[in-house]
Amino acid sequence: MTINSTINSLLEALIVIGPLLGSIAYVTIAERKIMGSMQRRIGPNKVGYYGLLQAFADALKLLVKELVLPSNTDKILFVLAPMISLVCGLLVWTLIPYGKGLVIADFSLGIVTILAISSVAAYGIILAGWASNNKYSFIGSLRATAQLISYEVVFGLIILLVIFFVGSFNLTTIIESQKAIWYIVPLFPIALMFLIAILAESNRAPFDLPESESELTAGFMTEYSAFPFVFFFLAEYGAIVFLSTLSSILFLGGYLVPGIESNGLMTGLSLGFKTSFILFLFIWIRASFPRLRYDQLMSSIWSKMLPIVIAFSILIPCIVKAFEIY
Amino acid sequence: MLRSVLRASAIPRVQSRVALPAIARSIHISARVQAQNVNDYRANREKFPEDDISTRYTEGQGPSALDKASQSLLLTELVRGMWVVLESFFRPPYTLMYPFEKGALSPRFRGEHALRRYPSGEERCIACKLCEAICPAQAITIEAEPREDGSRRTTRYDIDMTKCIYCGFCQEACPVDAIVEGPNYEYATETHEELLYNKEKLLANGDKWEVELARNLEADHLYR
Repeated sequence: MTINSTINSLLEALIVIGPLLGSIAYVTIAERKIMGSMQRRIGPNKVGYYGLLQAFADALKLLVKELVLPSNTDKILFVLAPMISLVCGLLVWTLIPYGKGLVIADFSLGIVTILAISSVAAYGIILAGWASNNKYSFIGSLRATAQLISYEVVFGLIILLVIFFVGSFNLTTIIESQKAIWYIVPLFPIALMFLIAILAESNRAPFDLPESESELTAGFMTEYSAFPFVFFFLAEYGAIVFLSTLSSILFLGGYLVPGIESNGLMTGLSLGFKTSFILFLFIWIRASFPRLRYDQLMSSIWSKMLPIVIAFSILIPCIVKAFEIY
Repeated sequence: MLRSVLRASAIPRVQSRVALPAIARSIHISARVQAQNVNDYRANREKFPEDDISTRYTEGQGPSALDKASQSLLLTELVRGMWVVLESFFRPPYTLMYPFEKGALSPRFRGEHALRRYPSGEERCIACKLCEAICPAQAITIEAEPREDGSRRTTRYDIDMTKCIYCGFCQEACPVDAIVEGPNYEYATETHEELLYNKEKLLANGDKWEVELARNLEADHLYR
């Protein structure tokens, strides 16, 4: 009984983590190829057909590199930080429903758990910056922390607005309640703001100040090499894929196929397709816009987005209440 | 009065209206309206009332607060920028697959040096040392003495390719088109010594590249 359940859990973990790591590898290739096309270049095309094995070559290169532990670092925290980042980055995937019932942990407070885990993931960045004992890492991690805290407010408020429509914190319920209409339609400007907030949450361009290479070399990752760097890299791209999945769950109907009652493979493909669309949007935005200045970042969140989101979070419940839509 | 009519002639106006998007056009027009005198401005207003931005802003017909708010809320400027990027996405790349594809070279391209010969096989260089004199990097070293038949020839003609700045003064100075810079640029070596060219190497280059060198000189001779 216990052996069976243990094997079951291991299999579940492998079934989720394996494709996830594969998707992270291919997101990096997709990013380089799409950015290349947008800049009228070719991008990687030597390793494997059409450059499709480039990510594996890069991973191999990183893994055979020397693991450097700088002498001034706090060794335990220095090694712990990337582990926290990666474990939190992988843990959230247990909560994602890939189809009706196709979820490892169907928590009734699923989305709150996601918020909690992603907040813990910020510790990875903070500890990395602190333990590195390096001014670039420190400034990078401070920026990351400030940015995460600021954007988490808007992020949380928007999720709260969605939850107001659903009446449940369970992700499957959130998806099932979008059978009539995807929430991107009634919540359109909010969905745009959610997209901006997840860009900032995942430290992506144009909000990539924590690792702005022109001023901070690599931000909180400056001192990292080999394995710990791979951990951070996986955690970062995992967060990008995860937040894309989350926004497709919250606003694009998750695994639902419009017009068709479907289950199994179709639902997974549907979720994957929507996630890929948002990932393309991520890369497209990165190719289009320059990095914001730090004061612009902070003013855009506290003095522009937050008032708008608060206004909407009052307005929309008022409309719903006044017309008794739900 | 005539000047104003000429300045307000129709053709450039129509072109500018076709070419520019709405926002750029209004800036364009506002700059032009400011530059013209009052008479021109009135003439224009009769011809193209929709272009008249002074009335648009003075009589309260500018973009309304709602327009401005919706444009900033719906990120219209950002989306327009992203559209430009998407257009590039669907266009072919400019990349040249270098070792397999090569770009076109001008006949004036200044690459690896070569010493040329006459069709009879006699070397052109008469050891006048003009190239040595003009070389700003002092990369050329020439020694000369009369040959057995009495003609003046070089006994030594060295170019330090690591000193050379590829300015092309040597070929400009040469009265007999002996030293030239050819179209070859793929002669990287692993050691410094291999780039210290002597007379044999330069003459061998001349023999190897003579067809291209002659064609380039022919193509460019009218401009020299």
